[in-house]
Amino acid sequence: MKQESTNWLDQRTGYKALVHEALFENVPGGARWRYVWGSTLVFFFSVQVITGLFLWMAYSPSSQTAWESVYFIQNQMWGGWFLRGLHHFVAQAMTILLVFHLMQVIIDGAYRAPREVNFWSGVILLLLTLALSLTGYLLPWDQEGFWATAVSTNIIALSPGVGQAAQAVVIGGTDYGHHTLTRFFALHAGVIPGAIMLFIVVHIYFFRRHGVKPAEPKKGADVGFWPDQVLRDAVACLAVLLVVIFFIFRYHGAPLGAPADPAEQYSAARPEWYFLFLFQFLKYFPGSAEIVGAIIVPMLLMAVLVAMPYFGRWKLGHRFNLGFMATMIAGATLLTYLAMRADRNDPDYIASAKAADQDAERAVELANGGIPIAGAVSLMRADAYTQGPRIFSRNCSACHRYDGHDGLGGELPKDSISASDLKGFGSREWITRFLNPDSLVSPKHWGGTALKDGDMVSWLTEHVPDYTPEQKQVLQYAAWALSAESGLKSQREADGRDSAKIAIGLAFIRDTTKGCTSCHTFHERKKDGPDLTGYGSRAWMMDFISDPAHERFFGDNNDRMPSFGKEKTLTLQELGMVADWLRGDWYVAPKK
Amino acid sequence: MDDSGHSPAPPARRNFLIKTAALLVGGVITVVAPVAGLITFLDPLRRKAGARGLVRVATIGSLPSNGEPKKLPVLDTLVDAWNRTENVPVGSVYIQKTGKATVRVLNAVCPHLGCSVGINAAKNGFACPCHKSSFALDGKIADPKSPSPRGMDELEAEVKANGEIWVKFQNFRKGTANKIPV
Repeated sequence: MKQESTNWLDQRTGYKALVHEALFENVPGGARWRYVWGSTLVFFFSVQVITGLFLWMAYSPSSQTAWESVYFIQNQMWGGWFLRGLHHFVAQAMTILLVFHLMQVIIDGAYRAPREVNFWSGVILLLLTLALSLTGYLLPWDQEGFWATAVSTNIIALSPGVGQAAQAVVIGGTDYGHHTLTRFFALHAGVIPGAIMLFIVVHIYFFRRHGVKPAEPKKGADVGFWPDQVLRDAVACLAVLLVVIFFIFRYHGAPLGAPADPAEQYSAARPEWYFLFLFQFLKYFPGSAEIVGAIIVPMLLMAVLVAMPYFGRWKLGHRFNLGFMATMIAGATLLTYLAMRADRNDPDYIASAKAADQDAERAVELANGGIPIAGAVSLMRADAYTQGPRIFSRNCSACHRYDGHDGLGGELPKDSISASDLKGFGSREWITRFLNPDSLVSPKHWGGTALKDGDMVSWLTEHVPDYTPEQKQVLQYAAWALSAESGLKSQREADGRDSAKIAIGLAFIRDTTKGCTSCHTFHERKKDGPDLTGYGSRAWMMDFISDPAHERFFGDNNDRMPSFGKEKTLTLQELGMVADWLRGDWYVAPKK
Repeated sequence: MDDSGHSPAPPARRNFLIKTAALLVGGVITVVAPVAGLITFLDPLRRKAGARGLVRVATIGSLPSNGEPKKLPVLDTLVDAWNRTENVPVGSVYIQKTGKATVRVLNAVCPHLGCSVGINAAKNGFACPCHKSSFALDGKIADPKSPSPRGMDELEAEVKANGEIWVKFQNFRKGTANKIPV
């Protein structure tokens, strides 16, 4: 019965001959490990097609949804991180397998007549696979992919004549946006895989036409492809797969940076590691010579690769090919090493990479609370934790410090501080230091300002050194009371606990003869000295940064501090973010 | 098909071990990608519609006093995969005044196959334009030939002392005789 039905099917489809053809391809000299590379490439290409199709079902290519959908796959969907990781790391493995395959072909002289056309179809497959990597890198629309792709597409624009036009067509306009993604996605998931499938068919057809080029000397008798070679191929695939799975778990899927932001400087942009050698190579072609390194030299090298079957006709030519291949691989390895070493020893790169990691983590924390229609980048742009240090670094760190650095952790010349270190501004510790005449005139506070010769310093120097221990205690409580005006998140508990002591301090502040309000404004008491009402609160800080020369604050005594809001250097939103950041007040994800 | 150049069919005595190993290893590597993909693909199975609380839809004063139904959008937080949007339409309801401080709220979607139900021309009931189900003003099936297996879905509602109408908006499974929340 079974025999009958299989015969019935075979008569109509001829499948038996096909299976026989597929499984019993002659392997001259017996199965060998060195023949596995072609099969592993076919296998992993199928893995990419399968994982790619499933990723496609959750991916949304547009500026406001690409990062968001990838974030959702990675962080919210069942096993999404594993699926992404599989696609990501198999892509990397394929690049290595391609090199192995090419090496094996060259070493065995399998490019020689009559296999030239097959060799060329292989070179096309190599280029198509690299094009897949390049287009895939952009799709998550994170900072890394965005800036790396900006570089690679700008290289296209370097080509003489058609370069500009070609770039515009590739990215779908003059700027990166929706159409860059739709085009890259169509190339990545449609055009290029389609072309690869076509060329795989051609490649395998030629391969079958001419058979395996046996590595000499043959080790044994000819055998069929099944089962000896199949087992070797499968074991090789398994080994690569295990390495890939190791990396998936090691990195919990594939990396995802912060959402792409064309306005946000990103100094950690690097291509994928297998393009690093090109990246390094370009460093040796500065200025107008760039086109030589970016386009002319790579094209010449490709021309040599394509011409290998011609050279290979002579024994010396084959040796040249071997030497060329070895030089290329050694050169690429050396350049990759140089690129990595340069980054490892570059403190700026290390700082940028660290900042990039922090941003990536923060983006996910914010996104977990739900993303607005404007996209995750809008969350990052409105986030005090992310923007505060950047605004501080750009606008404040010329004079101020934050814990000794520029807000972003960058070092600054030691003698360049000329105004207060603002870490902990408004806190008890900060105000206590401020009310001590010695530390007030230190570089951490007013040491670098004209205010060190002002009324506040002279009042403290006149009074505080003669204070009795009890008076000093009251001054301490006054510092607490003033600090309580700020309503800092970090002190909320202490402020509640110490309300009695704060009341004592408040009485000192309100003392119009011996206390703060002898000079300062405080609530209903109006004086010429800076307003202490709500000192260090969000509103107070925004008003102060907006216009420190306002009569409510320093008035004519203001020493060089610009009026950031009044002069429209900073927007209201930016003022709020820098104030929130200095106050340690930003969105924190609710604990699960 | 011409077999020349190919090795002869394998000998009768086959290397059983190699074949088993090849099938086994081949099987293992083949399932990884499809299984990884399927798991992520089946993610929707664990996602349930979030239960909504009461949301303000209208005031009782804005309703026709003759009990004529008024169609109103329900504004609430919409969660769509990664997006979370506050205060946007999540559906619509028909509200009718049934007493001084009582209302009837019907989900505007047909319980048959989910088309949007309209008020029929004579205004004495509702009609679904897709499959011609017709419903009375109280939502019950008016014409026994209606394909809908149940009347329109009534929603929990509350009229506050200040006249505000708050509705617990819900969708129910379509095509079943019973109201089963989705």
